[in-house]
Amino acid sequence: MKITFPHMGNIYIPLKTLFENLGFEVIPPPPCTKRTLELGVANSPEFACLPLKINVGNFIEAFEKGADTIVMAGGIGPCRFGYYGQVQREILKDLGFNFNMIILEPPQGHFFELLKKINFIINKKNNSIKDIIKAATLAWKKAVLLDKLDVEICKLRAIEITKGQSDGLYNYNLQRIIEINDEKEMSAYEVEMLKSFSSIPVNNDKKPIKIGIVGEIYTILEPFVNLDIEKQLGELGTEVYRNIYITDWVRENLLPSFLKPKDYKKMLDLSRPFINCFIGGHGQESIAQIVNFSKMGFDGVIHLLPFTCMPEIVAKSAIPKVSQKYSIPVMTIVLDEHSAETGFRTRLEAFIDMIYHNKEGKDFARVCTWN
Amino acid sequence: MYIGIPRALFYYKYYPFWKNFFESLGYKVVLSSPTNKEIVKKGIELCVDDACLPIKVFHGHVADLIGKTDAIYIPRIISIEPKEYICPKFLGLPDMIRNSIPNLPYVIDPELNLYRGKNKILNHILQISEFLNVSKRKAFVAYNKSLRIQRQFDSQLVEKQMIPQDALYNNQEISSNNSHIKNSNNLKVLLLGHNYNIYDDFISMGLIRKLQKQNINFITSEMVTKKIILEGTKKLEKDMFWTLGKQTIGTAYYFLDRKKVDGIIHVASFGCGPDSLVGELIEKRTKRDYNIPFLYLNLDEHAAETGFNTRLEAFLDVLEGRKYFEDNISTYG
Ligand code: SF4
Ligand code: SF4
Repeated sequence: MKITFPHMGNIYIPLKTLFENLGFEVIPPPPCTKRTLELGVANSPEFACLPLKINVGNFIEAFEKGADTIVMAGGIGPCRFGYYGQVQREILKDLGFNFNMIILEPPQGHFFELLKKINFIINKKNNSIKDIIKAATLAWKKAVLLDKLDVEICKLRAIEITKGQSDGLYNYNLQRIIEINDEKEMSAYEVEMLKSFSSIPVNNDKKPIKIGIVGEIYTILEPFVNLDIEKQLGELGTEVYRNIYITDWVRENLLPSFLKPKDYKKMLDLSRPFINCFIGGHGQESIAQIVNFSKMGFDGVIHLLPFTCMPEIVAKSAIPKVSQKYSIPVMTIVLDEHSAETGFRTRLEAFIDMIYHNKEGKDFARVCTWN
Repeated sequence: MYIGIPRALFYYKYYPFWKNFFESLGYKVVLSSPTNKEIVKKGIELCVDDACLPIKVFHGHVADLIGKTDAIYIPRIISIEPKEYICPKFLGLPDMIRNSIPNLPYVIDPELNLYRGKNKILNHILQISEFLNVSKRKAFVAYNKSLRIQRQFDSQLVEKQMIPQDALYNNQEISSNNSHIKNSNNLKVLLLGHNYNIYDDFISMGLIRKLQKQNINFITSEMVTKKIILEGTKKLEKDMFWTLGKQTIGTAYYFLDRKKVDGIIHVASFGCGPDSLVGELIEKRTKRDYNIPFLYLNLDEHAAETGFNTRLEAFLDVLEGRKYFEDNISTYG
């Protein structure tokens, strides 16, 4: 049995580590490319949301490399991803593939259940709790490190003196995180990684503007669909922070719910005047986080969603009011299979110009009142 | 005091209850006008761009009520069946309206959430009584009375195979939707789609009238019992968590399996999340396992009636042709 799963940014790294250390063979899909997208689009329902289509492309490409078992998360609604697996199974069956599909369904849907299911399918003896904890700890550690790496590089990109240096460092560290397969070594490496960030010469006088990214989780985490927005914004000299990282996804999908951070609810409350209830996906969170970013002194927010994404469309209805009340500029970007690089950069540039403009105005206003 | 009810979305499902409930409490109920060009235009203007047509149209109906009423009832419909939802846009509907429409009168937006059990309807009633400041007792009396009327309406749809408009306005001449069709040999079409699309004459470009005119029998999910729907959904590997999707797919699978229909028309809104997947599952099965014509009609504000008619006629022609062929084979074969 060769396990595969859909791509979503770097999540394949901890997932691969996890399954391999439990004794399974893993074949992650090749990185998302135009071909992935084309395969997905050609074989998926026309009006399905983009993540479903790219998943399909991932699965086909993973099958081509020999994978035969899909592992993925399910859901209980109200949003579509809870039913993705059902539709994708039909699509792949119609294409003539022979495969297993293991879907992790809440509420029992945490990791132990999943493991039981997998072991059952391949008739393997259950892993010992000790092994599981060991594998899970290493995988979690990798996820945490990947998030730290993302955060730091996004800060560095904005102020590096030699363009492209932080990306080089990023790739180096990424490679190391992939390779290391021992918890102790990982901990030692963490120190090394954190140190490595200070090796990049930066312009400390530069005070870059700060942009927050909110929206639908897949479009935030997968650089292929968001046209590498973080990198692009970094190249344009802005510091970027997003509201969802890999560890957040793991918490939401693989861990029992009592492990959710306590202040999460409090943060969601920030959305109440505009979106007063859970609306599926991360819709309510998007609004709460715009408020949050504004309170933390960010200069602007970019809201990402796939075309026809239901929760984010509801969220979008609230954006004009939120943006006004907290005087923070917000730009919504709808992504679909036709999103093109051209024009995208220009839009980002225009948004950043607007922010600078705004900032000057604000500073000016501040000076005036002070006088 | 007047309470306004938008003639959109679940008006087609719950209006008898809503109307009687508010009237028993001593309020006057005002309905927005039937969907028309103005309402659609207004809705498109006000509503967030990317929403589906029925949500935009709902915005138009709310706008139509402004100035005609003291309050508007816009329940937050989270769930109407245990362990099921309608869709994220229904969940966020009162928010969308508040975010997008200025100068609203008082909005009554109690939660209707039966996710954890049907008896949770009482929370909804309690909330309304708080909104309106009427006694709980009065509210419960009104509830019981209105529930009876709603049940009568629901069973009329099933027993007499009526469409909601006829049942609502007690159109007694049309005692049964399909009664004018004496010949059981007539074509039978399964008309799938959300109630607020297929029964809104304007949105659906008169689809039902067109079928009636051509003497075509049709069945909708509202005309079948829950038992039939559940029977149909037995084939699903995973229970479906969208109530409307489940109705659609259950009805489809049931009739497909029993080969009781000559063709399927599926009406969906452009950009509808649930239907983008439900429609695919039905269409895939129809094509793979059954040899039955399938017409998929996608509604949005740009849909043109001429193209719509052409596709419908072509589809009906195919059905006629097949029927003729079958009948002759079975008679002479
Ligand atoms: S959150 Fe958006 S993209 Fe994700 S399943 Fe729901 S509709 Fe699709
Ligand atoms: S048409 Fe679809 S997306 Fe629109 S409100 Fe209805 S269920 Fe939701």
